[in-house]
Amino acid sequence: MTGDGVRDVITAVLVLLSAFLCFAAGVGLIRFADVLSRLHAATKPQILGLMAIVLDVAISNPSVATITLALAIVFFQSLTAPIAAHMVGRAAFRTGHLRHDILVVDELTPTKE
Amino acid sequence: MTVVIIIAGALFGAGALASLWRIIRGPSALDRIIASDVLIATAMCALGAEMAVNRHTDTLPVLLVLALFTVVGSVSVARFMSARDDT
Amino acid sequence: MKARILSGVLPFAGLVLLWMLLWGQFTWLAAVTGIALAIVVSAVFYLPAVRLSGRFNVLRAALLLGRLLADIVVASLQIAWSALRPHYRPSNAIIAVPLVSRSDLVMTFTAVTVGLVPGSIVVDIDRDEATLYLHALNVSSMQDVADAKSAVLAAERRLILAVGSADDLAQLRGLQAEKGTG
Repeated sequence: MTGDGVRDVITAVLVLLSAFLCFAAGVGLIRFADVLSRLHAATKPQILGLMAIVLDVAISNPSVATITLALAIVFFQSLTAPIAAHMVGRAAFRTGHLRHDILVVDELTPTKE
Repeated sequence: MTVVIIIAGALFGAGALASLWRIIRGPSALDRIIASDVLIATAMCALGAEMAVNRHTDTLPVLLVLALFTVVGSVSVARFMSARDDT
Repeated sequence: MKARILSGVLPFAGLVLLWMLLWGQFTWLAAVTGIALAIVVSAVFYLPAVRLSGRFNVLRAALLLGRLLADIVVASLQIAWSALRPHYRPSNAIIAVPLVSRSDLVMTFTAVTVGLVPGSIVVDIDRDEATLYLHALNVSSMQDVADAKSAVLAAERRLILAVGSADDLAQLRGLQAEKGTG
């Protein structure tokens, strides 16, 4: 019975963590100033939020099939999310969708000229 | 547990609404694609949360497919944007 | 020789393992269909072979993964906080980080590792110069820029220690010796 109680607490904490990250990402999408900053907001529910939730599912249904599938999900997500972020970031930079006034340093623009 | 579910639901819902607002408002196609990525991530997290709370694994394959194929959308839009601006 | 055989076999074994992971079962049927599909995939979607180093340090790789996980958690919470806190003032930077290693493998892994940690995104890669250009969030002073650069180089160092080739390792040791004396 106490085992169930502990499991409930872990489930609740991980679900809340993931929900909090999704919420913060939404707020970040609205508040951040340019495309590249918003891209940073996007990566956190994609990676940590999903990891937390998949770990949660694996804890609440511990079996070989669940754990392997969970590993595959985390593996693919962490393989594809940086690629997507990189492609979008590169397109944003090349098409000039960034605000230079909020950059402290820019060491890429000089090399392009 | 009910309190946790209500709080989590509210946070997921607020996140999804915020990304919807960004999809509608734009201003550029890149903002929209980032926002729809966040919307998908939120949907994945919500699906997973439902599984964890109700102790089943029925929608785990859905998460796998989403993890595999959401990249296609962002990459193709990004490629399209770059290509159009170069010419 | 060992490295060349490994470079061929490892991706193949990875494909088969992936297939079995997708089905969630480790049976002979899954293994046989996986091998058949892996042959088809590697014949149809031919890619130039990645040159693996033939070195793999399990302990270092475990350390790398643990550190990566810790970084992801800390950085995610930091960015969540900066999205939520009142009076947020944006201050970002695009920085160039010249890497130590010139191997494609280490460069790719470093780029993916850096991209996985929220707060830094690889915007461009100069393959000839082995330089990563990344966009970092919440960078307000030159000290922060230096910190971000050393974080990337530390990630690369951990990667080289885990999977880098003997050449990269020697280069890394040389750099450290230089720093130690100078």
